[in-house]
Amino acid sequence: MALIGGGWGAVRKAFAPGGPSRYPKPILHADFPSEMMAASAPAITPELVAQHGLKPDEYQRILELIGREPTLTELGIFSAMWNEHCSYKSSRLHLRGLPTKAPWVIQGPGENAGVIDVGDGMAVVFKMESHNHPSFIEPYQGAATGVGGILRDVFTMGARPIAALNALRFGDPQHPKTRHLISGVVSGIGGYGNAFGVPTVGGQVGFHTRYDGNILVNAMAVGICRSDQIFYAKATGVGNPIVYLGSKTGRDGIHGATMASAEFDEASDEKRPTVQVGDPFAEKLLLEATLELMQTGSVIAIQDMGAAGLTSSSVEMGAKGNLGVKLDLDSVPTRESGMTAYEMMLSESQERMLMVLDPAKEEIAKAVFTKWGLDFAVVGHTTDDLRFRVWHQGKEWADLPIKELGDEAPLYDRPWVETPKRPVLVADSVKAPTSLTGALKTLISSPELSSKRWVYEQYDHLILGNTVQRPGGDAAVVRIDDGPKGLALTCDVTPRYCEADPFEGGKQAVAEAWRNITAVGGRPLAITDNLNFGNPERPEIMGQLVGCLKGIGAACSALEFPVVSGNVSLYNETQGRGILPTPTIGGVGVVEDVAKTATLAFKDEGEEIVLVGETAGWLGSSVYLWLIENREDGAPPPVDLAVERRNGDFVRTLIKQERVSAVHDLSDGGLGAALAEMAMAGNTGATIDVLPEGIPAHAALFGEDQARYVIATKDAEGVLADAKAAGVPAQRIGKTGGSALTLPGGQSISIAELREAHEGWFPAYMAGAGN
Amino acid sequence: MKSAVILFPGSNRERDAARALKDVTRSDVKIVWHGETELPSGTDLVLLPGGFSYGDYLRCGAIAARSPVMDAVRAHAAKGGLVLGICNGFQILVESGLLPGVLLRNSHLKFVCRAQHLKVERNDTAFTRLYEKHQVIEVAVAHGDGNYLADADTLKRIEGEGRVAFRYCDAAGNVEKNSPNGSVNAIAGIYSEKFNVLGMMPHPENLIDPLVGGTDGAGLFESLGQKAA
Repeated sequence: MALIGGGWGAVRKAFAPGGPSRYPKPILHADFPSEMMAASAPAITPELVAQHGLKPDEYQRILELIGREPTLTELGIFSAMWNEHCSYKSSRLHLRGLPTKAPWVIQGPGENAGVIDVGDGMAVVFKMESHNHPSFIEPYQGAATGVGGILRDVFTMGARPIAALNALRFGDPQHPKTRHLISGVVSGIGGYGNAFGVPTVGGQVGFHTRYDGNILVNAMAVGICRSDQIFYAKATGVGNPIVYLGSKTGRDGIHGATMASAEFDEASDEKRPTVQVGDPFAEKLLLEATLELMQTGSVIAIQDMGAAGLTSSSVEMGAKGNLGVKLDLDSVPTRESGMTAYEMMLSESQERMLMVLDPAKEEIAKAVFTKWGLDFAVVGHTTDDLRFRVWHQGKEWADLPIKELGDEAPLYDRPWVETPKRPVLVADSVKAPTSLTGALKTLISSPELSSKRWVYEQYDHLILGNTVQRPGGDAAVVRIDDGPKGLALTCDVTPRYCEADPFEGGKQAVAEAWRNITAVGGRPLAITDNLNFGNPERPEIMGQLVGCLKGIGAACSALEFPVVSGNVSLYNETQGRGILPTPTIGGVGVVEDVAKTATLAFKDEGEEIVLVGETAGWLGSSVYLWLIENREDGAPPPVDLAVERRNGDFVRTLIKQERVSAVHDLSDGGLGAALAEMAMAGNTGATIDVLPEGIPAHAALFGEDQARYVIATKDAEGVLADAKAAGVPAQRIGKTGGSALTLPGGQSISIAELREAHEGWFPAYMAGAGN
Repeated sequence: MKSAVILFPGSNRERDAARALKDVTRSDVKIVWHGETELPSGTDLVLLPGGFSYGDYLRCGAIAARSPVMDAVRAHAAKGGLVLGICNGFQILVESGLLPGVLLRNSHLKFVCRAQHLKVERNDTAFTRLYEKHQVIEVAVAHGDGNYLADADTLKRIEGEGRVAFRYCDAAGNVEKNSPNGSVNAIAGIYSEKFNVLGMMPHPENLIDPLVGGTDGAGLFESLGQKAA
């Protein structure tokens, strides 16, 4: 009866006594006892196929591929390999257009994580991945296992994780579930990352009613290793043992990846048992044991068991190495008795790895795992027949062509329609606020722009002792070992822009990541993308995906900022209502000397404040329009990539020359929000004498034109002269000093008042009762 | 000076501690597996690092306190040897009976990681000789269970014997303000009777570098180095 994990209530019906017994022809063995089949083998009905998330035409494809009806275990394997999450069947066609190469790219998409060279023989391994669906159903464990999964992707490649980031999107704060979800997700991320021992140094938290039924939890991990000691998933050698490492297998998470490939409905809470349970302690042991094992030279190939667990890890290792795999599930360490082949193949129990081992070093390898108290079991071996065969209790439960399981996964060119362009909003048509400082206060105390201290103080961001720039700045900066080199890390996307214009929004997400790395003095190197969208079977949603990908590709090319890893999360939709298109970009840059990074805080009195970049007062799709005018319309700010690059290169050079004391990029909330953040961070005020001319003051202060920075410098004259020579628009707008932010015309707001507003919202909201 | 940093399954600040001992204390540092029954010969200082030994399952520090190596650590302390427990190390020290009291869940029930000011209560111990008496230092906290509590008699004894090492305070040194966890008497760290064992929740080992948040934690590791000189 326990052929299928809990939660799949509907599937159980297929096992009901007296149900249809149209079992396929015996799978391979004439001596297969018929009573066994009758007792445990359900009919492969159209309902059962549908419950496995496979469409009728996809099932037809299976029948053609294997020339017979699949067994239940085989159906489960196909379901695991061919769901959207694992096969990228809706997005693959369009992902092909992304630039993935640069001289410093060691490994692009297709491995557990991307790898780039940062010089000195060191490589950076990183990736971002979503855990949206599980986090909505069970926020603590959903978020925790999201962090666990992405950390495993990084250390599977031989890299020790040195930083984690995350991008979170929640529904309207007034929605009855929002507070509960924030609380669970944040404590889940902290609970896992803190115990594992990786500093969580940065991220994003945003709110919008379109995430009410589908929150986003995108977790990113960054690790370092020597560039000549990277481990891959490609198996080599026939007859080599396949070894199972880590925690035991239970019935948790069965069909997790299938759940992540479906829309939600009102009954989704019933899927709670498909959410896995994380054990960061086991993961920490697995990290140390895996890295120690790699030093012994016994690892031929290694792959973590993530989505679709044992199935996808073993198929990928074999297929990548042009080898077959034969598994003997009798040896799989289980924590429950009576687990079937079906359950073991589909379990998503956490903290597990699969490895192809050098047979000569089996004893050495085993000793390492025994020392760390983890399971180590030979569960199969590589073969030369290109078949994926699963044995359990003396019977063969699956015999499938291994290459085709991945290569022949459905590929869809889904119909899509371009998102209609929105008209450009003229700044003069947006009425002025009664008070500019009042509007500023409203913006910086809004859920969107308020301080996220309540969140990041629950994450250990200091462990490892290398956090040079803590959360709250443009990009986090972590030193690599004893330095002087470091990494600049950021997560960015502006979903409002992507909704308004997917192409410009896609460009902007990449440009903002590039800009944030630049603003701390980093040289942007590569990105990981986490593409969160609604149901791709709807042409307008598919149009968002296609548009965003085109924009991302254009920006990556122009900025030499290639994609090296990523993840696609579709079907973020509840009862037909999709999320805002949210292609989160995780950016990684290198800092040559962490002693020469810039921070956003005003540091000294009497310094000149210079605005770099052109201000047209773009209010379309801005935070100002959304939160002050309660309007979400207008085209988003266009991103001129050549200008972006020119302005950024100019600012980065100033930082390198140590000619600026503070730098901040301009994004949500424009110049006004940036100045307030700089003043609060340094506890030093500013007097602004002049704003960009020819536009209303509120457009100058809150417009979200791209490719802009604010800097503070003692040498405004020299900076302005250099800007002119480089063709970069720049203007002096004021001076630092005092304890307030004063605008032209004399309107003023104290830093204390700004801070109270900025820091106040989150803790007050989380402490609030009811809604 | 010779130091032993004990590595329990789930420890995660052992590298941070070893780095501070090497770079600031100028100590020879050995990482010692929890399953050992003896300390390396000539060990002057044992450091129990931060982390989540055994996942904090059961109670923080409870399982680690029963590790084989802890008998050797107790013997080392009994002979007057120096023992420093930081964060999870402090929890292990109270669980193993080397220090009195308990560490409860933070009063606000959340993990907290942030910069934190401490008042150095006395500067005549091996751990604090290079600080000023009542100096206010800024280090960091990162814990979910740092809410120190002891029964009234124990507390009276600890206070009476001057065994509070550090108290949480604000930047101006006001104790009882800005506590990260609700500890009784704002206690952030305590000494054993002979002042050779120190347990503390905050992380001085992460504040030893001007590029990474400041150097206010370096005084503790420099003080330990002075002892040996």
